[in-house]
Amino acid sequence: MKYIPTIGIECHVQLATKTKLFSEVDNDARGKEPNSCVSPVDYALPGMLPRLNGEAIKFAIRAGKAMNCKINPKSRFDRKHYFYPDSPKGYQITQFYSPIIGAGFVELPSGTKIRIEHAHLEGDAGKLTHFDTYSLVDLNRVDTPLIEIVSMPDIHSAKDAHDYCKELWRLMIFAGVSYGDLYNGNMRFDVNTSLAPEGSTELGTRTEVKNLNSFRSVERAVEYEIARQTKLLDSGGKVKQETRGWNDATGKTTAQRSKEEAKDYRYMPEPDLPPINLSQDFIESESEKLPLMPSDYRKKYKGSIKEDTLEILLDYPNLVRTLEEIDAKNLTTIANLFTSVLLAEEKSAEYLESLPSGQELNELVEMNSKKELSSTATKEVFLRLFDPQMKNRGVRNIAKELGLIQENDLAALEKIVDIVLAKPETKKAQEDFKNGEEKVIGFLVGQAMKESKGKANPSAVQEILRKKLLH
Amino acid sequence: MKIANQKVTAERLVRDALEKAKHFADYNIFTFLNEEAALKKAREIDSRIKKGEKVGRLAGVPYALKDNFLSPEGETTASAHILGGFNSPITATAVAKLEAEDAIMIGRTNLDAFAHGSSTENSYYGPTLNAHDKKRVAGGSSGGSAVAVALDIVEFATGTDTGGSIRQPASFNGVYGLKPTYGCISRYGVVAMASSTDCIGFFAKTPEDMDLLMSITSGQDTKDMTTLPDYYNNDSGEPTNPSKRHSRIGIIKDFDNDSVAPEIREALKSKIELLKSKGHEIVELEMPALKYALAAYYIIVPAEVASNLSRYDGVRYGFRSEISSHLDELYDHTRSEGFMPENKRRIMIGNFVLSSGFYDAYFLKAAKARTLIIQEYEKAFSKCDFLLTPVSPSPAFKLGEKVNDPVAMYLEDVMSVSLNLAGVPGLAIPAGETKSGLPIGLQLVGPRRSDKTLIEFSRELI
Repeated sequence: MKYIPTIGIECHVQLATKTKLFSEVDNDARGKEPNSCVSPVDYALPGMLPRLNGEAIKFAIRAGKAMNCKINPKSRFDRKHYFYPDSPKGYQITQFYSPIIGAGFVELPSGTKIRIEHAHLEGDAGKLTHFDTYSLVDLNRVDTPLIEIVSMPDIHSAKDAHDYCKELWRLMIFAGVSYGDLYNGNMRFDVNTSLAPEGSTELGTRTEVKNLNSFRSVERAVEYEIARQTKLLDSGGKVKQETRGWNDATGKTTAQRSKEEAKDYRYMPEPDLPPINLSQDFIESESEKLPLMPSDYRKKYKGSIKEDTLEILLDYPNLVRTLEEIDAKNLTTIANLFTSVLLAEEKSAEYLESLPSGQELNELVEMNSKKELSSTATKEVFLRLFDPQMKNRGVRNIAKELGLIQENDLAALEKIVDIVLAKPETKKAQEDFKNGEEKVIGFLVGQAMKESKGKANPSAVQEILRKKLLH
Repeated sequence: MKIANQKVTAERLVRDALEKAKHFADYNIFTFLNEEAALKKAREIDSRIKKGEKVGRLAGVPYALKDNFLSPEGETTASAHILGGFNSPITATAVAKLEAEDAIMIGRTNLDAFAHGSSTENSYYGPTLNAHDKKRVAGGSSGGSAVAVALDIVEFATGTDTGGSIRQPASFNGVYGLKPTYGCISRYGVVAMASSTDCIGFFAKTPEDMDLLMSITSGQDTKDMTTLPDYYNNDSGEPTNPSKRHSRIGIIKDFDNDSVAPEIREALKSKIELLKSKGHEIVELEMPALKYALAAYYIIVPAEVASNLSRYDGVRYGFRSEISSHLDELYDHTRSEGFMPENKRRIMIGNFVLSSGFYDAYFLKAAKARTLIIQEYEKAFSKCDFLLTPVSPSPAFKLGEKVNDPVAMYLEDVMSVSLNLAGVPGLAIPAGETKSGLPIGLQLVGPRRSDKTLIEFSRELI
């Protein structure tokens, strides 16, 4: 039978606030000692009370706006209870009943719209490392602010699931609310997949694959679940509602917890935090801080930058933002330099730390169009512009220092050609060319380039040679 | 209260207090005596006085600290085994404010473990005895603090009131006990019982002392988002007018019935007559919504209790059972051995009312009843300035009398819990004795933020 898959995704995004959601401790624990970014509040000493971080509220508003969501002027926190050493309080502070971010949608590059049900603010849990006979607890991550984004079941293919997750990631990094470092778990995805026979109005029983941390694993897990459930249903079996884990090495999902074993979290309003009341003015002033989003750039560069080139660039907000300073006539060239030269570099991540200005890039393209720089030289100078030591040196100066500016002065070039033609070792080639052997022109041009120490414009040299030899 | 000066040294005051504390050791008031540090601090204050330097408003005044306030002096145990050995690196905001005025903590006082109880019999360290009759309970949960003030060991003591835990022991021992407006004093650094009803307050011997303590400790704290801006020292107009000579005093008819001991009803009547004679108006009120208070309280509070006690898991601090071989056992054994039976009862009730499928039927309904109670008080205070009611249905009962009857114990709170649900302040005032010499207490109740006028008006009842 043919089945239609229906997929809904919950995504956890760690917010890059300076301090934690409920304490004044450093929120950036990257590269720090375990349990070094922990306050008595995070550690849940007796008598400690949460203090809400205003920056997290601002970030949530921006994240919500990035997903075209309504921001709820009134929201509040709830406690979600469970016992595990990663949760020092014995509960997670989350927004179960009244989330801050309401309904909205995310538009995929293909134009498909995925509706957002809501998104809420909550504190992250700590991290456990298990050994043979003991486990170690690191509470650095406790109460790092998270927003959990809950989609509607609007996704119907593994590819759209991939594209949705990737687009969410782009929205968060463009909005500047998350580092978006997937390797370090800044974004994690829980994927619900169900199958229904084609034409059916009811959804099938769903499974949830938890804690995926790459777009590729989302896509593969969905593909696997579709295949597994199809096989199960075709053979007359039933899908069991359960939580499944993903094994990246085997490419398979395995059952973890059934619906019956689901925990009762005993949700309760958080009495230590007053409700959040946001004025319309505040919501608007925060919303205005939202910069251009990927969909804005798609509209802006439609027709001037090729779609697949732009899609690559949309993974790098500062590259796309640099394009805004590029003159229209230079856009294609710069976009191509970004994708085929810069991003092809092994050290491209380092280069992205120190971008040249749009003005410098414009100047570079101008020099290329004026034939002052060959295409090879253009690429070389282009890469030099990302070197922090070359900052403010000036494009022309860099090109000069590297000896890459081409000689375009006809009189000077003619002189060079005359010297080449006067050399005895070129006599045979001159004769051959005159006798119709077209390809020896390359040899003569090469001699001229050598004579000019590489500075001559080769096409201009060729033109002069032709004129002189065939006249 | 006696404050250290050129003639009376802080060291003298502290030595006297410590001596009395030891003299009354059989009352089981203190879980920790702060001898060394208290004397050291006293000498330091004395040297400042000698040099003519500035000292605080509570210079050298010995006080007792309920053992659920965090401070680095002594273990903070909340009289619970599970917090045994816990040395706090933190000082509670209220304690820090008292210490900044040079008050001297001479000891930590006994309470029902985690403040769960109305008799201090639920303490891991055994019950505290009533200041007036050693066969009777001190009341609770702040029993140790009430008796420390009643026996004149200290000038004042801190308490916490979640459903009557200051007012009831104050009335059982014949001292003043204030539960301020919710959010008046920071809860930061105080072991939580139920976050939405917990209030920090005091036991004192006079309204003047109470006023001083309030003006020192009230005010907004960035570490407690539920605190109110410091209205106590700033705003005056709201909502009663202290300059008004004659006030309207409400009497709740619903509380005047046979379940209240005759001698308490008589005490109330005589105070009513006293107020009338001073020209105040008495208003009889019906407050039918208050009959839901106890039921709502024993749903909302256990829910918050169960939640707030989740952090005591033996993983990070306090007591950890040694007989566990894996994580679930560590939780099971630590919590089974570490909590008192009353703690466990409230955890179970709390988890039950929050369970999926029961939340709407219990917790949500109780929350709605709470709203009705808040509105009932608002209505009452549109008709009167203060309410005068008994604190509890009976004077101090005998040790062991209600230990095995939790419902009878919960009924002790029937007239006190509605204030906590509504967030309004209540001051327990001594109002005479029974024939057998047991103190009787009445409570004066005011609208939110009326703490200052409430304390001022209590002088009318002397």
